Amino acid sequence: MISLHNVSKRFGSFEAIRSVSLRIESGEIHGIIGASGAGKSTLVRMMNLIEQPDEGDVVIDGETLNHLKGKRIRQIRQSLAMIFQGHHLLSNKTVFDNVVVALQLAKVPKKLRAEKVMESLRFVGLDQLKDQYPGQLSGGQKQRVAIARAIVNQPKVLLCDEPTSSLDPNTTAEVLEVIQRINQEFGVTIIIVSHEMEVIKSVCERVTVMADGQVYQELEIEPTGVHKMEHSAEGIIKRLKSGGDFNHA
Amino acid sequence: MPDVLLEYQSEIWVSIGETFIMVGFSILAALLIGLPVGTFLFLCRKGQLLENQLVFSSLNLIVNIIRSFPFLLLVIFLIPFTRFIIGTAIGTAAATVPMTIIAIAHYSRLAEQSLLDVPKGVMEAAVSMGASVKDIIFKFLYVEARSALVLSMTTSTISFISYSTIMGVVGGGGIGDFAIRYGYLQFRTDLMIYIIIIMVICVQIIQYAGITLARKIDKR
Repeated sequence: MISLHNVSKRFGSFEAIRSVSLRIESGEIHGIIGASGAGKSTLVRMMNLIEQPDEGDVVIDGETLNHLKGKRIRQIRQSLAMIFQGHHLLSNKTVFDNVVVALQLAKVPKKLRAEKVMESLRFVGLDQLKDQYPGQLSGGQKQRVAIARAIVNQPKVLLCDEPTSSLDPNTTAEVLEVIQRINQEFGVTIIIVSHEMEVIKSVCERVTVMADGQVYQELEIEPTGVHKMEHSAEGIIKRLKSGGDFNHA
Repeated sequence: MPDVLLEYQSEIWVSIGETFIMVGFSILAALLIGLPVGTFLFLCRKGQLLENQLVFSSLNLIVNIIRSFPFLLLVIFLIPFTRFIIGTAIGTAAATVPMTIIAIAHYSRLAEQSLLDVPKGVMEAAVSMGASVKDIIFKFLYVEARSALVLSMTTSTISFISYSTIMGVVGGGGIGDFAIRYGYLQFRTDLMIYIIIIMVICVQIIQYAGITLARKIDKR
């Protein structure tokens, strides 16, 4: 379970996150939606302490993270995998080597690495491309390699920061399908940050709507009530838009 | 082979050997000290992993001062230091001292600039995977910047060859010094031209090798 307690973050005079509290249950797919600058990426980056909160606590499975340092925080990060809008792969390494680096960092014994990497690549459907370089892959394939790298250490949580923003609709659907399978097959808690309502609607169970560095509202997507949620969320966006705060629905 | 080169063959080989020693030590110093210094400079920059304005500014200033020195003056300025380290300020061994110092400053700056080309996202991904600073340097930064680092080393090596021609002032010898002493001072212009041609060929080979290697390891 991930809990944020009154976390705040400033960049100079800009208040990116203002006293946000949030609770995400184990095994759920949780969406965070908001316009550019709403603070959603900063919020998710505080969950693995890529950004240190100025105030408040980040608690994962009962352990407060923001006072941890050095080796312990690096260990924790290995169980909180992350994928980004840009795939952030090593362009000078093959697909296989890009995935194996996560195992090297986690000090997984050498003899186990090849099998784990291939298992992970098979899961995302790229085992045939293991010897290719990222420059030879499409945008969607690169993102799937990034996913393979993220799940190879069997993390408890997968943080997805705008994972489909630079992809076309078909590729977006493929990537979201992989993300959903990770949740279903391995029970990994998934947090997806997006500014696209379609992305959130298609995979998430609960959604946090953010504006101006604050949680505006939390919504549930019920199995039979997608439309209810759709109207609700769009209503929020419209209201925010009319107030001039939400510039990118 | 032209007669003049045959006539001075043994001296030319000795000079090439001296250049090889001076440039070789410079490359070694650039790799073993210049690269870590450049990496540290990069990591101490604003917004980087080990951000430290005081350390960055101090190191940056030292590198800039060394690189600002006209090389001939640096060689002379360092004579007491060279004598302290080597025991003498004259000869090829003594010449390696100022050469290694300029090599460290020169390559550290080029290495720092090469690392600046590594996408910030790669570092971010490394941190999110739980990489330590050492892991980030060796498993991410150097991997992504390797072709730029090779090209920088190529540029540096060519500069070191150029710097080595000055080392005659402290009896360092070398092929450039040979061209000045035997070619220019003894009015053997033809000899000087042949030596220049040899140096141009060497530089072309180094440049070609550097570009070929950089291209081979660049998979972007």
